[in-house]
Amino acid sequence: MATATLYLPAGKVTVDAAFREEVARLSGQPLELCFQCQKCASGCYPTREGDYTPNEIMRLIQYGAREAVLKSRTIWLCTSCETCGLRCPNGIRMAEVMDTLKQMAVARGIVPDGEISPLFHNLFLNEIRSTGRVQETMLMLKYRLKTGGLLADAKLGWQLFRRGKLPLVPRLKKDPAVRRIFELAGGRG
Amino acid sequence: MKYSYYPGCSLEATGVEYNLSTRAVAGALGMELVELPGWTCCGSSSAHAINRDLALGLAAHNIALAQEQGRDLVVPCSACYTRLSRADYQMRHDAGERVRAERLAGFSYTGQVRIYSFLEIVKDRVGYAEVTRAVRRPLAGLKVACYYGCLLVRPPEVRPFDRAEDPASLDELAAALGAEPVPWCYKTTCCGAGLSLTRPEVVGKLVARILSAAREAGAGALVTACPLCQNNLEMRRPADEDIPVFYFTELMGVALGLGEASGWLKKHLVDPFPLLHRLSLAG
Repeated sequence: MATATLYLPAGKVTVDAAFREEVARLSGQPLELCFQCQKCASGCYPTREGDYTPNEIMRLIQYGAREAVLKSRTIWLCTSCETCGLRCPNGIRMAEVMDTLKQMAVARGIVPDGEISPLFHNLFLNEIRSTGRVQETMLMLKYRLKTGGLLADAKLGWQLFRRGKLPLVPRLKKDPAVRRIFELAGGRG
Repeated sequence: MKYSYYPGCSLEATGVEYNLSTRAVAGALGMELVELPGWTCCGSSSAHAINRDLALGLAAHNIALAQEQGRDLVVPCSACYTRLSRADYQMRHDAGERVRAERLAGFSYTGQVRIYSFLEIVKDRVGYAEVTRAVRRPLAGLKVACYYGCLLVRPPEVRPFDRAEDPASLDELAAALGAEPVPWCYKTTCCGAGLSLTRPEVVGKLVARILSAAREAGAGALVTACPLCQNNLEMRRPADEDIPVFYFTELMGVALGLGEASGWLKKHLVDPFPLLHRLSLAG
């Protein structure tokens, strides 16, 4: 598939039409219908902290700007709250698109500098794989150990613990059915 | 009525009072909730962000377990509810997805088990008129901003029990308990709970906006149906903010006069007792 270079406000981007087709196929969403009404962006608070609004991500996908999209911080700020998809006049479920982009970025090992969401998700999935359930106490401890911030939220952790909301009784039982799903899904964790 | 009950991981830890209050209220209203044997994590946000087969397979596995029990499944946690009901919707309406789910979870989908949020059960199976009849202590004077969060009512095709924009089921329940629900604009605005550990500075802004909007609308408290929202709204609130956030089941417990309610409320990070004492609703 042919590639080209475009000079956009976002900078110089290499475009590749195959990317648009891949995102459309994996997400199952009619990306070509987006006409930039920006209803998705106007309802989206978290991505205001990112590098692109959801409609800009959509335009970059239409251009085929693979690198710019998969390296974007915005995709990791999407909480899948589905406000965008509910309001889209063309029925595009942007949250499905964002999930697809996260999955593609992780599969290619692309993570923006300083972005720790993929690490968190992998710890979370590791917890499920080990015992079938997520023990929030263990997840929080492991996350803090991995990110080197044991003292961050230490006061909150203590407040939760004191109220019996972070139980320390570990669950050790393995769940073979869950292991099997991880094997079939080729899932990380 | 007898249901299978899926508490989910949060209800065993940070959302323990939601678990306790749901079970108590269900019992008081004559329902029997039987914990689903061997339930596992629904996959939550992490599965669908990383791997779509995991997201479908982990949810389908629990639907397979519920199918073995042969009873409808009640899910209090909005996040678990969204994952399980979405997987059910996919299997019910898309033959390709059903085949994929059946292979991943090793079962044969019958579609006989229906998945309900606990709020939906209270609204449609019990009925708010029946709830009002059971009230011993009307929540008079309590002004609440009902906070549905993002996952309870979206996407609309999977959530037929309430409107996706400006939902009303929690407001109507609050009124049935004798409280006064206030109109406000942030009913379904995401609180960012999924980013609470990784991006607390972003989440702090989202939470502050929601809590101050509830204040502006004249509410003395918020009511929610999601353990992630409840925890996030308390944990990431501004330092000078102390508006309590209740689970709807806790307010039901107080209104129904259940003695154990004070034990649940003591687990909150924001002490709700000053407000309840002021309105003579505690003790």
